[in-house]
Amino acid sequence: MRKPKTVIEKIWEKHVVHHEEGKPDLLYIDLHLVHEVTSPQAFEGLRINNRKVRRPDLTFATMDHNVPTIHRNVIKDEVSKTQMETLKTNCEEFNVPLADIHHPDQGIVHVIGPELGLTQPGKTIVCGDSHTSTHGAFGALAFGIGTSEVEHVLATQTIWQAKPKTLNVKVNGKLGTGVTAKDLILAIIGKFGVKFGTGYVIEYTGEAIRDLSMEGRMTVCNMSIEAGARAGLISPDDTTVEFLRGRRHVPTGEAFDQLAEEWKALATDEGAIYDETVEINAADIEPQVTWGTNPGMCIPVSANVPSVEDGQSDNDKEEIKRALEYMGLQGGEPISSVAIEHVFIGSCTNSRFADLKKAADIVKGHHVHPNVRAIVVPGSHSVKKQAEDAGIDIIFKEAGFEWRDAGCSMCLAMNDDVVPEGERCASTSNRNFEGRQGTGARTHLVSPEMAAAAAVKGHFVDVRTLGVPAHN
Amino acid sequence: MEPIRKHTGLVYPLNRANVDTDQIIPKQFLKRISRQGFGQFVFYNWRFDSKGTLRDDFSLNQPKYEGTSILVAGENFGCGSSREHAPWALLDYGFRVVIAPSYADIFYNNCTKNGILPVILSDDEVQTLIKNAETEQYYLTVDLEAKKVYDNKGFEATFDLDSYKREMLLNGWDDIAVTLTHVDKIDQFEANRK
Ligand code: SF4
Repeated sequence: MRKPKTVIEKIWEKHVVHHEEGKPDLLYIDLHLVHEVTSPQAFEGLRINNRKVRRPDLTFATMDHNVPTIHRNVIKDEVSKTQMETLKTNCEEFNVPLADIHHPDQGIVHVIGPELGLTQPGKTIVCGDSHTSTHGAFGALAFGIGTSEVEHVLATQTIWQAKPKTLNVKVNGKLGTGVTAKDLILAIIGKFGVKFGTGYVIEYTGEAIRDLSMEGRMTVCNMSIEAGARAGLISPDDTTVEFLRGRRHVPTGEAFDQLAEEWKALATDEGAIYDETVEINAADIEPQVTWGTNPGMCIPVSANVPSVEDGQSDNDKEEIKRALEYMGLQGGEPISSVAIEHVFIGSCTNSRFADLKKAADIVKGHHVHPNVRAIVVPGSHSVKKQAEDAGIDIIFKEAGFEWRDAGCSMCLAMNDDVVPEGERCASTSNRNFEGRQGTGARTHLVSPEMAAAAAVKGHFVDVRTLGVPAHN
Repeated sequence: MEPIRKHTGLVYPLNRANVDTDQIIPKQFLKRISRQGFGQFVFYNWRFDSKGTLRDDFSLNQPKYEGTSILVAGENFGCGSSREHAPWALLDYGFRVVIAPSYADIFYNNCTKNGILPVILSDDEVQTLIKNAETEQYYLTVDLEAKKVYDNKGFEATFDLDSYKREMLLNGWDDIAVTLTHVDKIDQFEANRK
């Protein structure tokens, strides 16, 4: 009998171009996504060395990180404008397809890849962005790379990679009502820490993962990097196939059915061995809120903010102390009593149609708290349109939310969407690092439902007490 | 990139774990389109107050660390965003070597593509170096050929680095040029897939 293999090993083996003992493998790349912030120096490098883009047809560019989300026709920020224009010129010069700021396909790179069907099971996918792990939801091996590597992939369509170790994160049982994929991944990082995945590619398995929609799976895989992992993926199944059916870059008819069988055959074999396995029970997980300055610093919404004394070591204590100081929190206070001034629903973690819909379900018939400024930033132009067709924009607007154009926006605040110093934001994004949403800004990561509930109440609240419709 | 074989320099201790690349180079400086000039912004939010004045309560600003070229930090250094601007900023500021108990993968890789040597030492060794550098002006030598770190007072530690990265750093080679020596294999791979 054939040795059982993990999906990771199967994809890897199909992409090795060159192998030499004791060295990293040269791996072929099927899809290279490009954005304006991490690519200019790469194209510049090509130009200096008189090199071409080897496979423009396997490369796709968009503008997301610093695009404004209102008044798109006049970009006031000269430096941002230069960066966007540079991408445009580079794409023209090197023949790379580009969805620029006004293009109907424009959006956050990790939202549009799946949306267009560019992201497919079994592909190797890279992008100069750490959240490339998002595409792993489809059973693709997808990881973030630096700008030098972007240049390398542009020039050679390959990358040097040491074969990663595999880590099985097994989620047993079912998530409770009102507990989302975001809560799940935060709870995983909270339990195992922000570096438990370092050196590994994670495969998420177990009943709760199988039950997730593709949107939920993307949310989980998206934050793999927050656990230190290079990539995170989920074996393809019928959910994967159905999501991709009919998308622009996948074949139709019989060709699709045949491909679908190939995709499903990539799933990890029964009995395959991982280098490491950790387990967590889905039923134990509550809605989560981060209290500190990395995504591992998270607690259930019913819990109290930790105190310095809760630290296990001197370094730990020091870290808690610094985080409490930065966040302006008292150790021991209930997280649910913490008042917020901003709500951001968006980012590659939680800005898909399903995310917006669930947040809208909470918001419907309520109004944003008078002390709160809340914005919704759809992940792509097409998500925005879909939401508008479904009347979701109206629900948000009537509740007092601002309804914006697609982009990364307040996830990293490179455009004008900034949280002011010392103010607090309930955010559906993925990083609560110091200064991430603005210098001195205080970020609390939550699910879209929890963000919506916080917008209405003006402080964190267990969304399950508001009578949430059941979904994952 | 500049080769690195043996480097002796003044150590700067940053006794923090999980230093993310948003701290190393905040996003407001990512809009430049060249690789140069990022050094002035390194650790910006720690080095400067909201008015843009140097803060004397952040140790890197102290005169005793002027001219430092070896950064020693806590575990999981360089986590978060993949921005290569982080190693560009460190390099441009003058750092040629980083020493920590562990790194985030992408940052680690990015260092080796830019001629910064990322050294992994044990927690205890890192703590010793941090203590030394906090108490006095402390110089270390890092020898990539011998894979050793030592001072002139008896500290000595060995480290590991995969042979490919080591070769690239020792020679200052351009990755792409090396890969293009395998271009026939890439052609072959593509041909087989059709
Ligand atoms: S939404 Fe945030 S995390 Fe996602 S790609 Fe944009 S900046 Fe990065």
